[in-house]
Amino acid sequence: MGGGRLIDTLRLTAEEATGLVERGEVSGAELHRAYRDAIAERDPELHAYLCTVEDADGAGVPIALKDVISTRGVETTAASKILAGYKPVYDATVAARCKDAGLPLLGKTNLDEFAMGSSTENSAYGPTRNPWDPTRVPGGSSGGSTAAVAAGLAPWALGSDTGGSIKQPAALCGVVGLRPTYGTVSRYGIVAFASSLDQVGPIAKNVRDCALLHRIIAGRDALDSTTVELPEPIELPEAEGLKGLRIGVPKELNDAEGIEPGVTEAVNRTIELARELGAEVGGCSLPRSVEFGLPCYYLIAPSEASSNLARYDGVRYGHRSEANGDVRAMYERTRREGFGDEPKRRIMLGTYALSAGYYEAYYGQAQKVRTVIRDEHEAAFEQFDVLVSPTSPIVAFELGARTANPLAMYAADLLTIPSNMAGLPGLSIPCGLSEGLPVGFQLIGRQFSENVLFSTGHALESAIGFDFVPERYR
Amino acid sequence: MSTAWEPVIGLEIHVHLKTRTKMFCRCPVAYFEPPNTQTCPVCLALPGALPVPNRQAVEWTILLGHALGCQIPERAIFHRKNYFYPDNPKAYQISQYDQPLCVNGSFEVPGAAGDRVVGIERAHLEEDAAKTIHLGGAEGRIHGSDRSLVDFNRAGTPLVEIVSRPDIRSPEEAKNFLQLLRQTVVELGISDAEMEKGSLRFDVNVSVRPQGSGELRTRTELKNMNSFNFAAKGIEREVRRQIQVYESGGEVVQETLHFDPGNESAPPLRSKEEAQDYRYFPEPDLVPLEPERELVERLQAALPELPSARIRRLETEVGYALAEGLVTSGRDELYSRIPGERAAVANVVMNELAALGLDAASVNAEELGKVIERRGEIPRAAFTDALAASTSPDFAAERYLAEASIADASELDPVIDRILTENEANVAAYRGGKEGLLGFFVGQVMKETGGKANPKIVNERLREKLRA
Repeated sequence: MGGGRLIDTLRLTAEEATGLVERGEVSGAELHRAYRDAIAERDPELHAYLCTVEDADGAGVPIALKDVISTRGVETTAASKILAGYKPVYDATVAARCKDAGLPLLGKTNLDEFAMGSSTENSAYGPTRNPWDPTRVPGGSSGGSTAAVAAGLAPWALGSDTGGSIKQPAALCGVVGLRPTYGTVSRYGIVAFASSLDQVGPIAKNVRDCALLHRIIAGRDALDSTTVELPEPIELPEAEGLKGLRIGVPKELNDAEGIEPGVTEAVNRTIELARELGAEVGGCSLPRSVEFGLPCYYLIAPSEASSNLARYDGVRYGHRSEANGDVRAMYERTRREGFGDEPKRRIMLGTYALSAGYYEAYYGQAQKVRTVIRDEHEAAFEQFDVLVSPTSPIVAFELGARTANPLAMYAADLLTIPSNMAGLPGLSIPCGLSEGLPVGFQLIGRQFSENVLFSTGHALESAIGFDFVPERYR
Repeated sequence: MSTAWEPVIGLEIHVHLKTRTKMFCRCPVAYFEPPNTQTCPVCLALPGALPVPNRQAVEWTILLGHALGCQIPERAIFHRKNYFYPDNPKAYQISQYDQPLCVNGSFEVPGAAGDRVVGIERAHLEEDAAKTIHLGGAEGRIHGSDRSLVDFNRAGTPLVEIVSRPDIRSPEEAKNFLQLLRQTVVELGISDAEMEKGSLRFDVNVSVRPQGSGELRTRTELKNMNSFNFAAKGIEREVRRQIQVYESGGEVVQETLHFDPGNESAPPLRSKEEAQDYRYFPEPDLVPLEPERELVERLQAALPELPSARIRRLETEVGYALAEGLVTSGRDELYSRIPGERAAVANVVMNELAALGLDAASVNAEELGKVIERRGEIPRAAFTDALAASTSPDFAAERYLAEASIADASELDPVIDRILTENEANVAAYRGGKEGLLGFFVGQVMKETGGKANPKIVNERLREKLRA
């Protein structure tokens, strides 16, 4: 009924869309169709989606889910060939909670295969491009979800974050992304990468949308033993000021080698804004977290991945290579053909790190360092409520620029990994442009302090006035 | 000169817990359902599925730990044991490694030659694998088979692994240990422990050493044995073999001997023990188990009198063999209810009654005791009838005792006198030395009394009268 007139998917926030639906000005089906039209128009260039869903199965605001989230009857591949054609018989808890909240599925978004990567170039089904500049990557691994939200192909989306896979692509695409406190969002039904680090989180155009979506998915799940009850309900942020908030600026996260000057500039401007809004700002230090965070992450995550990815053996689902009657040969061919280079690299790293004689020196030692990282953050939080830094040292880079050098790609997560290793929540909000590309501002909080992150992020966002619609679409 | 050798035996026992649902999902534990009907995303290891531990299984493992005299540490951890095999859907088994639920126990096994205290290294909780069937190959093994079928109904069944220290010194002791352990888990109500069903399985580690030496030599592992008797035989055979190897100057090689459960006489298949690296690490999908002390104590208090204690108690009444038999067959409760001379009661319970396969709980013990007490006086057929009827609600000893034989000399003497008078020639022949004729007279008396005469008394009376 002329609803299309009201639906500018590039500008419309999920909160506004909810209002339209509630007031009966637009139906859920019309919303769904509007986004499908936008997908048809812009996704052939971007390739944010691996698959889309034709009919809305809910009357609310539609959502895109990263393709590690199991969706009953809808192909779920983790962007890997080894899961080609796999249609789950069950919904992940977060997918079920979205369904229960009436959010119809728009489709499944692209990612680095098994969430391993920082550019979405490791997808077995081809890369996603950045809506701000299609010659550049959207970041990763949740690059499909962040690109979809930035390009108005979904009002909001879910991603998953292991070493920075929500925060970093949110930064590179100019959207808001939350990596929740470990244990607050169910992992049941999430194709596992590194179980002790994986966490699903919301991606949206602004902080309030992010909080709304987080409220839907967070909370204990009897099917995931590592989840806990939220100590307090998620609040929608209102306040515009930051009076009384103590903001810490960790030296090592802000002065790290390789941070682009344009990024530092935008971040410093935001810190200045925070001061103007009434926050107290002071310096602090996380020396060991930053020095050892990345190397320890690259022991723990591949170790767990080597075990988590072992189930893809061709016996029960997904890709199976035929091999002359020998089960071992079948396993080997299936996995050789089914996995891309990055999963293979991490499976080998992890298998090695867990091997007898190496376990103590590698996995065991990395777990000990993790405790050190946790303690170091805890000490900083005795003085501060929120720690801030750039989310990514660099803005979106060109496709192919880092694929030849895995270590350069791993460094993209340098600033997001330390707090992830400590299990802490982190929010990335866009804080300006550098060379015409979005810069992300990372806010790290205490365990379960999502409300503090949302209220801080919301106040800053209002003061920054960032226009989340990519210039080329305005 | 020849060395005296001593067997060194350790056991690893796997027991299925008879919980309603599986270890890490809510699928029913079921044994005889059509293949792959008792499955879900968790036990099929679909992408994203996560384990949730079965609380009942944890409690039962602690209960068993108490029965094995174990300590229950404050904190236990599940580990992943990584290996590829089609029956292992996640390609790792969730098991326990260096922090199991139960540690450092000791289990007392009464024996004919005194008690043996067997150390229990650990008892831990894990999940069972699926069942595989290999078609078209030799010996039903995966190598060389045409294709393999997997049934995931069993995948994820809670399994307790009990590891003994190498404290067992003979095949008989191993058998006693296994029987007693089996009876213990059955009585705790935590497992059927039926070998035929696969709910009890065990492996045996065997080595030998010169008597008196404390060394532990290379051991071999015996797998797939389908009965306790077969295990005892297998151990005996392996001990003999190892002694022979050493005595002929050789070395025992570490290997696994797989027995073919379908063919007990076939020699075992040997496979070199591969030093497989399972890459254990703490299962990140589960939080550590920290059983509340209150629960641990409550389970300790709930422990019933254990079979070993009952064997020791009954041993003083009927000797070790009968006591062990009564307890490990679960018949000692019936034995205790039946009044009368203990050895006689024990023998009847273990032999005639056991053979009848009656429901022990419904036996009228009081009445049956009266029958057993006067067993010598009633015909064998009447005794058997009495046993068979002992579970019926109107069973009464009186009816069977009425058939008691005529043992009263005052009743028998007139009959005997008459027979002797009627057979004067034979009497003379007997007295002349043909003592074999006694049987003839006995037969005549039995015939006269319709078989009711007590043969022992008849013999005595005849001998006395013929002597005169």
